[in-house]
This record gives sequence, C-alpha cells and structure tokens, in this order.
Amino acid sequence: MQSILENPYLIAVLVALVPLVWILPYALFAIWLERKVSAHMQDRLGPMRTGGWHGWAQTIADMIKLLLKEDIIPSKSEKWLFILAPYIVFAGSYAAYAAIPFTSVYIGSNISVGVFYVVAVSSLVVVGILIGGWASNNKWSLLGAMRSAAQIVSYEIPSTLAILTVVMVVGTLNLQEIVKSQEGWFWNWFVFQKFPFLFISFLIYFIASLAEVNRTPFDIPEAESELVAGYHTEYSGMRFAMFFLAEYANMFAVSAVAVSLFFGGWESPFGTALSGPAWGVFWFLSKGLFFIFVQMWLRWTLPRLRVDQLMYTSWKVLMPFAFANIVFIGLWMMFSH
Amino acid sequence: MAEFRTEEMVLNMGPQHPSTHGVLRLEVVLDGEIVVNVVPHIGYLHRCFEKHAEAMTNYQQVIPYVDRMDYVTSMNNDLAYALAVEKLLGIQVPERVSYIRVIMAELNRIASHLIAIGTYGLDIGAFTPFLFCFRDRELILDLFEMTCGARLLYNYIWVGGLSHDLPHGFVEKARAFIKTFRPNIKELNDLLSYNKIFIDRTANVGVLPADVAINYGVTGPMLRASGVRWDLRKNDPYSLYERFDFEIPVGTNDIGVVGDSWNRYMVRVREMEQSLNIIEQALDNLPSGDVKSAIPKRIRPPVGEAYVRSESPKGELGFYVISDGSGSPFRVKARSPSFCNLSALPEISRGAMVADLVAILGSIDIVLGEVDR
Repeated sequence: MQSILENPYLIAVLVALVPLVWILPYALFAIWLERKVSAHMQDRLGPMRTGGWHGWAQTIADMIKLLLKEDIIPSKSEKWLFILAPYIVFAGSYAAYAAIPFTSVYIGSNISVGVFYVVAVSSLVVVGILIGGWASNNKWSLLGAMRSAAQIVSYEIPSTLAILTVVMVVGTLNLQEIVKSQEGWFWNWFVFQKFPFLFISFLIYFIASLAEVNRTPFDIPEAESELVAGYHTEYSGMRFAMFFLAEYANMFAVSAVAVSLFFGGWESPFGTALSGPAWGVFWFLSKGLFFIFVQMWLRWTLPRLRVDQLMYTSWKVLMPFAFANIVFIGLWMMFSH
Repeated sequence: MAEFRTEEMVLNMGPQHPSTHGVLRLEVVLDGEIVVNVVPHIGYLHRCFEKHAEAMTNYQQVIPYVDRMDYVTSMNNDLAYALAVEKLLGIQVPERVSYIRVIMAELNRIASHLIAIGTYGLDIGAFTPFLFCFRDRELILDLFEMTCGARLLYNYIWVGGLSHDLPHGFVEKARAFIKTFRPNIKELNDLLSYNKIFIDRTANVGVLPADVAINYGVTGPMLRASGVRWDLRKNDPYSLYERFDFEIPVGTNDIGVVGDSWNRYMVRVREMEQSLNIIEQALDNLPSGDVKSAIPKRIRPPVGEAYVRSESPKGELGFYVISDGSGSPFRVKARSPSFCNLSALPEISRGAMVADLVAILGSIDIVLGEVDR
C-alpha cells in the first residue's frame, strides 16, 4: 500500500485527475445554469421536470442521450482528423487547468511560468477547431473554423498584454505567487491596485477572453443564424458533446485566470477571516462561477458583432489601450520606487 | 486584372438554414466572405393557391386558403380578399364591421411586426428580444382566440361581415393589452433598437434607395424605410381607415442612412406604436350593430372583375378577382408583398458580407407562405 502511494507516476495521474473530477460535474452544472439563467432573463422557466427540483437532472439526461446517439462520420470527411479534432479542443482547455491554483495547497503543477503556460496551451484549442472545420468537408464548417482561427489569434494579443501588466507588478509568472501577493482584504486585489490601470487591464482581459472562448458578443465562429453551427455543424453525439464540454471548460479556465490575476484567486476577501485551504477552494470556485454568470448574462443580452467589427475591436480598440496601459504601469512603477 | 481573380465559392444557403425564415434557398456566390451575387430560389412552399381558389364552390371557401398565404398576418389577408369580393358584389358593410376589421388588422399588424422584429434580433444574434416579442404576441393571440377560437389561421373576416361579433370583455382586454404593450416597446428599444452592437450590425447595411425600391415594386415598411411616405391606409383608404388619426413612419438619417436595414427595422417598431393609436381610437368609437347583417346568403357576383389593394404588414397586398357569374371565382390572383420585396434582395446585397446578407434578408421580413403561395 505504502509503495503504491509513493509511486510518482500514480501520484501524477491522481493529481491530474482532480481538475477532471471538477470539470465534469461543473460542466453539467454550468449547462443547466446557462439554461436557467437564459430562461429567467427571457420570462421563461427553463427545464422544470427532469429530476424533480427545477429540472436539475436535465443536463445529465442530455449527456446520456448524446452518449447513446449514433456516431455519424460524414463519408466525404477526413475521417481521422474528424475524429481527432474534438479531443484536441478538449485537451487544450483541460491542459490549462494544470497550472491553475485551486487553493493554497492544490495546484496541478506549480511551474514558474504558470501564466505563460496557460496562455500558450489554451491556443491548442484553435488548432482543434481548424482541424474539425476543415475535416468536416462542409463549407459552413470551414467558414466557421477560419473565422475562429482569425478571432482567437487576434484576441490572444490584447489578452496577453493585459496579463503582462499584472506580471510586471508582481514580477513573477507563477500563478500561486501572484495569488499570494494579493493577500489581505479585498482592496489588495490587483483589480483595485494602481487604479485605474489594472482595472482597465482586467476589462481588456475579460473582453478578450470572451472572444477566446467564442462567447457572445464574439460567438461568430458558431453564429447559428449565419453559419448554421460553424465548425461543429457536422458533429453529433458524443463528439459534439466534447466540443460543448470544451467550451464550458474553457469558460471556467479563462474565469479562473481572471480570478487568479485580478481578484485574489483563492484568497478570502476578508483578510485572514474565512481563509484556509478549504475556504480557498470555496472562494476560488465562487469567484470563478461569478464570472461564468457574467459571461452568461452578456450572452443573453447582447447581439453578435460582425467579423470585420470584431477585428476592429481587437486591433484598433483593445490593442492601443493595452499598450498604453503597459506604458502607464511601467511609469508608475518607475516613479514609485 | 482578370487573371488575378480569386476563386469564388458557391454556397447554398437553405432551404434548411436557420435564418432564411422558412424554406428559401439562396444560391450565394462568395469571394471570401464578400457576396458577389445572390439568386433566391423559391417555390418550396408552393401550394397552388390560385388553382385551389378556382376549384372552390363558394367565394367564402377561399378565405381559409387566403389565411394560409402569409400565415402570420391572416387577418389582413382575409380583409383584402373580403374587400375584393365585396367590391365585386357592390355591397356595403355596417360600420361596426369595418371598425372591428380595423382593430383586428392592426392587432395582427403588431403581431406580425413582433415576429419580424424578434426574428431579426435572432438573426443578429440577440436571443432575448425574440422571446420578449413572443411574450407580447401571445397576448394578441389570446385576444384572437377569444374572438374566433383560432390563434393563427382565423377565417374571421368574411365576405360582407365577420364570423363572430366581439365577445364580452374583448374591449377591456384589448385596452389592457395596449396598456401593457406600450412600455414593452420602450424596453425593446433599450434592449435592441439602440444597442450599439445592433446599430453597428444593421445601420448602413443593405441600403435600398427610394428609386430602386419603386422600380422593384417594393412596398410596405421596406419602401417607407427608403423614405417614401406611401401607406395605402392613408393614400388609398379602405375599411374606414380615413377616419383614424395616425402617422406614417418613414426612414430617417438619425442613425445610419435612409433605406438601410436599421431603418427597415425601426419603421416596424414605430408602426407598432401607430397601430396602438389606431386600435385605441377604434375601441373608443366602436359603433353598435349586427356584424352578420350584410353577409349575402348566396354569393353570385355579376360577370366582371375587381382589384383591391390593402396595406398588409409586409406591404401592398392586392387581390384580383374575376367572376364569370357563377358561384365560384373564375380566377383569384394575389399580388403578394413578400414576393416583390424579396426580388430586391440581390440588388442590395451585392458587395455585402455573409453576415450582412443575413441581416439584409431578415430586414426584408419575408414569409415564404406568401412568396410561394
């Protein structure tokens, strides 16, 4: 028994399983929440029957339905790439969890370049989307995938620039260190520091992250009224569910980064009160879920931008502000020392 | 330049596509994301309306078919057809009938515009306004259901009269609807009409100049959005519309330019307000009388022909009825606004992006049941 627990490979697998154990129930919950949030915003009730209380089992039932569906691979598609694409997308968003600090004692891998790793590895998603869109051999899918690639690549730049400002202030890329440096009451959170520059950084990061996870008003790659369903038009059953799961996993990943960088991560907002490893998980997840809620709120309120307007927003609005922000924070740090 | 041309792609939009508003197929020639040409292919919903009309044994029997042309504006279709046959017969309907017809037509106009506005929001990617619109439309359908039992295809306006008089409590319920609906238009404006993203997506998109609109025979809100103050309820009044006081909203240059998609959308929103005014006036001055007194026992019009045009929510809806003196119509030809309005689509969408094409098509507000008949 002792020897099994000391096996480093087994421990690595167990540590890696923790985010997965979180992602699956979280995704089920978030999909249910999305339906409920949208329903209540639209004067509806949403699912009410399945499972009894407010249709809590609806997404579980949906998942079972998707699992049991016939696995359709279009005959003219590029078969292996078609099969591979959803897994690459999911792997990209799942891998990002490795460097996210859930609490003071748990982080998948406490690497010194944590933020850099998260930004880099989540770019893998776009590869999967491109493969999926191209392999489907469908014009709508291809258009969606091309848009997606253009969008994600161009929004990564402002989001990285926004992250950079925090890195400048803390002087480390390690997410655990970044969270620890926001210790104390909530006014120590970076979003309230160096006001208003880090707050602007947060806004830029949040807007860009919406685009990175293809949420409204930037859900252009899967704009159902234009592109049917974008890059996942031809996908059905469990493969479609993988895309879905990846989207929700990604939503939480970007929220988690926002929380860690700007909102104190697992730190309690009330100084040392209500803090500790267990409270850390609580604070981290509730802050993360709050941003999930904001993403849903925006989705059910705003219309969708057009491709060129999307590019305009990224290159001509967010980018100059992000650069100016870096300059101002640099000056602030120079003169405050 | 010819050898540097980039490769064009032909994309079939529809007949199963979320934003072609039914079974319309658009053959789109694309250069990247830019639309080079659009060819609308229609006929997927052709139901031989004219042949059906000729095969009926009675003029009244055509009305349920007329209902099914533009199925979201059935009252207006009934009204236009009834007016055409009444003109052929030379009968005058009681004032109460005309007033009720106006109330129903205007309520139906609001319901139709709510669908146009809601689905337009959906085309642009805004989900919530769509459900808000349907929530309000539900109240109108409740009024119709209470009047004639049907919620979509009413068969309510008959030649010479109506199938039922207004039920007890209708007037109060209609007033209550007006009271709840007025603030909802403001809510809709806050949520969608003046939303920055919505304006970015629709203003200056698919501009239809007034002369082009007239050349294509475009009518209704689409023509008015191009700045032409033309509304048959004012310009060629029927069913006592001359007694009501209302304005004709036209396109403006406030946001975007006259004739763009945003103006086409906004004209509909403003028309709903005017329709509420008309309904209020009609409810205030509703005369008494028997709604069935003028319904002829046998409809056998003299040999001849009649054309009546009316302002349906989509535009000018005309019925051309020929009688050979028998009990059934010799020919019923419908001039449908959706069909003529759709014909302007290729003209205004060349050079637009795919996303704009959806915005332009949505702003035309077609119903395929009426395009194909």
